[in-house]
This record gives sequence, structure tokens and C-alpha cells, in this order.
Amino acid sequence: MKVKMFFAGSGGQGILAIGQMIAKAAMLEGKEVTWLPSYGPEMRGGTANCTVIVSDKPIPCPLINETDVLVAMNLPSLLKFEPLLVPNGTLFINSSIVSEKAKRGDISVIDVPANEMARELGNEKAANMVMLGAIVRKTGIVGMDTIREETRHMFSGRKEQFLPMNLAALDVYKV
Amino acid sequence: MKTVFEPTRGMTKVDTSYCPGCSHGIAHRIIMECLEERGDLGNAIGVVPIGCSINGHHFMNIDMCESTHGRAPAIATGIRRVQPDKIVFTYQGDGDLASIGAGEIVHAAHRGEKFTTFFINNGIYGMTGGQMAPTTLIGQRATTCIDGRTVEQAGMPLRMCELLATIDCAVYVERVILNSPANVRKAKKAVKTALDIQQAGLGFTFVEFISTCPTNWGLTPVESLRWIENEMASYYPVGNFRKPEGY
Amino acid sequence: MSKVLMKGNEAFAEAAIRAGCNCYFGYPITPQNEIPEYMSHELPKAGGSFVQAESELAAVNMAYGAAAAGGRAFISTSSPGLALMQEGLGFICSTEVPLVVLNVSRGGPGVGGIQPGQADYLQVTRGGYNGDAKTPVFAPAGIQECVELIYEAFDIADKYRNPVIIFADGMMGQMMEPVELPEKKPLISAEQIRTQKPWAITGTDHHDGRNVVYSLRLQPDVLEAHVEHMFEKYAKAERELARYKTSNLDDAEIVFVAFGTMSRLCAEAVELLEAQGIKAGVIRPISLWPFPDAAFDEIGDKTKLVISTELSMGQMVFDVKAAVNGRWPVGLINRTGGVVPSSVEIAERAKKLLEEVK
Repeated sequence: MKVKMFFAGSGGQGILAIGQMIAKAAMLEGKEVTWLPSYGPEMRGGTANCTVIVSDKPIPCPLINETDVLVAMNLPSLLKFEPLLVPNGTLFINSSIVSEKAKRGDISVIDVPANEMARELGNEKAANMVMLGAIVRKTGIVGMDTIREETRHMFSGRKEQFLPMNLAALDVYKV
Repeated sequence: MKTVFEPTRGMTKVDTSYCPGCSHGIAHRIIMECLEERGDLGNAIGVVPIGCSINGHHFMNIDMCESTHGRAPAIATGIRRVQPDKIVFTYQGDGDLASIGAGEIVHAAHRGEKFTTFFINNGIYGMTGGQMAPTTLIGQRATTCIDGRTVEQAGMPLRMCELLATIDCAVYVERVILNSPANVRKAKKAVKTALDIQQAGLGFTFVEFISTCPTNWGLTPVESLRWIENEMASYYPVGNFRKPEGY
Repeated sequence: MSKVLMKGNEAFAEAAIRAGCNCYFGYPITPQNEIPEYMSHELPKAGGSFVQAESELAAVNMAYGAAAAGGRAFISTSSPGLALMQEGLGFICSTEVPLVVLNVSRGGPGVGGIQPGQADYLQVTRGGYNGDAKTPVFAPAGIQECVELIYEAFDIADKYRNPVIIFADGMMGQMMEPVELPEKKPLISAEQIRTQKPWAITGTDHHDGRNVVYSLRLQPDVLEAHVEHMFEKYAKAERELARYKTSNLDDAEIVFVAFGTMSRLCAEAVELLEAQGIKAGVIRPISLWPFPDAAFDEIGDKTKLVISTELSMGQMVFDVKAAVNGRWPVGLINRTGGVVPSSVEIAERAKKLLEEVK
């Protein structure tokens, strides 16, 4: 088993964070993982992406030529990275922001209105967590319980006030 | 017979290699006397960089290290961090401190590093043979300004005490002149005060010595002493620029 | 011990703390900024000192002062910063003071870019400093190995009384992998400095005799004798520190030589070639100086081509050619400027080079 995942969006959408949470959860479940971000001078508003590989064997290379799962949080990400998907790959689109449809017919496309759903919960910033819930449920890459555990870990201490909302965000997208 | 004077144990038995009439010998001696009087010879670490001063470790009878050109304040910063209870000092010439090492001295002062810098200002590069320094006076001749330094070509001489005194964490800044027994005694008092303030942990301490370089100036030792009194001291006024309360 | 998921740079900093580093001096430069950031809050908790230096020039000299006074000193930087530190490194070799230097490299020359590069190969293995000196250089391929090498580098630096460079790259610094951290060593005590580093400048009350750490030797015969003494140490390092890993060399037609991030891409290129019926293997130098010449004696008789694979215009290839010594043709696959080739590109170019020699 080896799954390659590519997360893309704009800086500040929390795309690196959900990639990290999947990587960490997979590690806790005994898998080999790598998490590789793009890095650049922009802190916010620029493009952000990261590659996550989850495998049951050691991972020779953290870079990918193609991806099994693509998460496009904004339109430029969809346009740029759709060709990266393998045939029968899975594409998650943040349909609240991305107005265009996927071009390819050989992939499964899952529209997640992440921003709208998060807004209904009370904080649009949790759009990434809505997307995370959708990805985990759809792909089964890690268990929901492990992701919840990791969410509790992430929103502890000073950030604890945000925990209930983020836990709720994980559950709004129903499969 | 009663002993009325003996050389400080702070100096080794090695004869200094400095030229006749050079101030380094006096500066070395008073620093070492102060350390001895404090009982700190065995507790002191000195840093000597490129320039005539690099020979200092042959003569000062304490633990020392050499420095790359200009970087002694950075090196002393590192030493202080692993030996916070020791007396640490740098001993730097004007080419070293005011030219290539201008960045390091400013930032050591700005961080308020708890060591003392002794700055030997003789307005010229000694070891390399008499080139113009940032501190060379207007009209003063050097091998890279044979008709004398001009403002047009090289700007005005850099006054380090005045510059460092603008930095809040440089808590003690004093300029002294080594031209007479009375002034040497005053210089020694400044050294002692700087070391006291270092030990009290109040911040960065700095003593500038207006010094002679007869060889590169083409003067006799006696003429050199007159020259620092008449020419250098009028551009580089002697005195205290900053000190903490109570010192 | 359990694994933690850590960003490379943070794991490297933690490895240094656990190795007993008691002083770190750094200046911000991408892509290694997480190291000074991490050190600024974690090293003081462990009893050490953090200083944000005013420049890389100051950082390397602060580290020299700290190490001369018996500290376990650590500095990190990225390529242009390392260039600024070179004078200090040569000076530290000459004064025989231990130091661990981590280079999280990027593309050059000049300010260049901030994406991963290996064009510091010559800078780290030959030194940008004046005079005769050497620095052992280790190039990890992943975060775990980098952590282990940093941990060990402090002891190697102490043993040889010389700087040791760890040569990672921006990708390794920025990525995350599970890592098992080594046990925390206690900080060096004053008594340990006295017994283990009797040359350290700690004040004459604290050791026998008077200690002077110095580089200037104006008499040529005295300087020559000192350099010869340094090179006796370097000869010992050549015997003791050469390290490498090989894979699939037995029936390989193509042998890739690659270190760091490039070795991971080559491992994948080997799989791609295998799927096309071409056998390939990898020599991965872990020590870049001393270069592991012995690895090349393990190459089998099926091999037709050795390929140096680098993120530079070809710098290691000279060491590869020297090690191959005419036994096989030597090719080069490279990208530079921060461009990392895909494993597909490497496999395709390797196939082409193989056809050319056949």
C-alpha cells in the first residue's frame, strides 16, 4: 500500500496543516510517511502546496511524479495540478471557491463546499477541517478517531477554545 | 633592602617585540596590573586580533586566543557565553576595530555583551607598515596617503568613543591618553573601573587609549608623545563619555 | 523509543541539543530559519546559550570563541551564509578547535535561490578558505540519518579538534518525516572541560599551565610543521570516517552515484529502470570528504556506466572520476538552480547515456 496525496491552495487556507495532520495520523497508525511542503518567500496569500506519502514500506523519495489524491482548495490549484492525478485518482474540490469543473473523465471528483459549511458552523477559517473530514471519510487513508485525536492535540493549550468548532467541522461533510 | 616596585606577574618574562616608544607595552602592563590587583589573573581570558596586538599573548601571562581580523568582539561574545564567570576582554588596534571590525564592535556593544574592549588608537596600521586607518588625522601622512589624508578622498577620522556612546548598552565608554605618568595613572583607573563594571554585569565596557606609533609616524618616541598630546588629543578628546551611576 | 513527526530543521536543532550542544550562534537565512528559531526557545531550557549574531561572519567567530573556551558549539546556515563563514572555518581548522556546522543548502551562485541545491559540494569538500585544511563532511539522505549524524558530529569534532560539516539541503530542512530522537546527553561540566579539553582557555586557575589558542605562525618551518601535524589528523580521518551505502550493485548495468536528496530520487529511478528491464544500482556517499573510494571496488563486472547524479553543474563528478580511475565510463545527470529532476527524468536520461556507451 502506497498512497500519494497532493494538497494545494493559497497561503493561509490551512492546506499545509491538514496535510500534516494526515501524515501524523498515519504515522501514529504505524505507517511510513513523508510530508513535503513547497516553500517560498510568501507568508500569506501566495500559493501553498504539500505532498504527503503514506506507505507500509520505507519511502525512497518524498517527491512525486503523479498523485493518487489531489486536494484543490482554489481555482489555480485545480487548473495547475489536475494533470498530476493518476487515472482513477480522486480529486477533492473546494466548490465554495472553485467555480469551474474538473476537465478529466477518468477520475472521481468530490465537490466539498468547504467554506460554506464552515461558515454555517460559525467560522470560515475551519474550511480546511471540513475538507479534512471529507478526505478521511472518502479515502479511509487514516481512521477518523486518529484524526480527532490529532485535532485535540493540535487545539490544546491556548488554542483550546477553537477545539469544539474544529471537531464539529470534521463531521459536517457526510459521505 | 625593601622592595618598592616589581613587575606584575601578569606579564611573562618574554621581552616585548614592540618598537621603541610604542604604547602597547604600557597598555599591556596597566591592564595586567589591574587584573593582578583584582586577583583575576587566573580567571581572565583575553582575545587579541590581527595587528601588532596579536603578539599580546606572548607577553600577557593569562589564557588568551587569537582572533581573525576584526572579529574579537564576536569571539569574546562566544567565550562569555560558555565562561560567564570569567573576566573577558578584547585588545584591539584601530585598523582592526574601527575598520574591518566596525560591525562586530557595534553589535557587541549593542547587545551589551559583558566584556571589556581595550582599543589602542594610534591612527595608523602598524603591523602592515603604516597605511592609513579610519582614525588617521586629516593631513597626517601614511603609505596609502603619502601627501596626507584628505576629507575628499577618505572622509573624516572616525571617533569610536563618540559613536559607541550613542549605544545604550555600552555602559562605560572612556578615552585616555598614554603620554605622561599622570595620564597613565588615569588610564589605569579607567581600566580598573571598566573591569569592575564588567564584573558587576552592567553591560559593555570600552576604554580607548590614544597611543603612539613612532616607527610608522617617522617620529622619535619623545616627538610622538608630543604629537598625541597636541594633534590627536585635540581631535580625540580625552574623558568619559558614559558611565553607570555610582562609578 | 517512539517516533515523532518533525520538520527537518527542528529535528536537526533538537539533535544538537540532545548531543549536549551548549551554545548556538545563528543568523537568519532561508531555508534553515526554523533552526535559530527553535534554538532561541529550546536551547536555554536545556541550559545552553543562544545568540542571534549580526552576520554569519560574527556567528562563526562567536562559535570559535565558545569552542576555544571549552563549549560544544553549533552553527547552522545556508549556502551564501556558509561562503561568509569560510574564513572562520579555515581559522578554526588552524587553531584546532572543534565545531559542528550544518549547511541546509540552496541554489547558487551569488544570492541564487532558496530551493534545494548541491552546488556547495566543492565549497564544503575543498573549503573556500585559504591554506591547507580539511573538514569532514557528512551528507545525510533523510531526517533520521541527519539527526544521527549531527548527534555524532560533536564527538567527531572533539576527537579531531576540527570543524565537521553536515551537508543537508532545503528540501530535507523543510520536509517532515517520523524521527526517533537520541537520548539527551548532559551538558559538559567545568571539570569535564578541564580533563577532556585541557587546551581550552578557561583561565589559568582552572588548568595546568597557560593556554593560548592561536593560528599565527610567522616562521615558515614552524607553520609547515603545524600543517603537517594537521594532515596527520586528516590522514587518520581518511582511514576512519569514509562512509557509504550501496544498493543493487551486483548485476547493475548502470551505477548511480548520488548523495542526499538526489540519492532518494535515484532509488526511485532504479525501480523505474527495473520495470523496463534495466538493472541499476546506487552508490550513496555519506561522507563527501573523505570521499568513499572503496565503494567503487564493489561495482560488479556487468556495469557499463557510472553516473554522477547531482543538483549542480557537476562537482562531485571529479571525485567520482578519480575513484573510478578509468575502470568505467563516467556520465553526469544534473539539474541546478534549485530545480530537482523527477525520477522519471533521471531514468530517461540514464537510459540515453547507457545507449551511448553500448
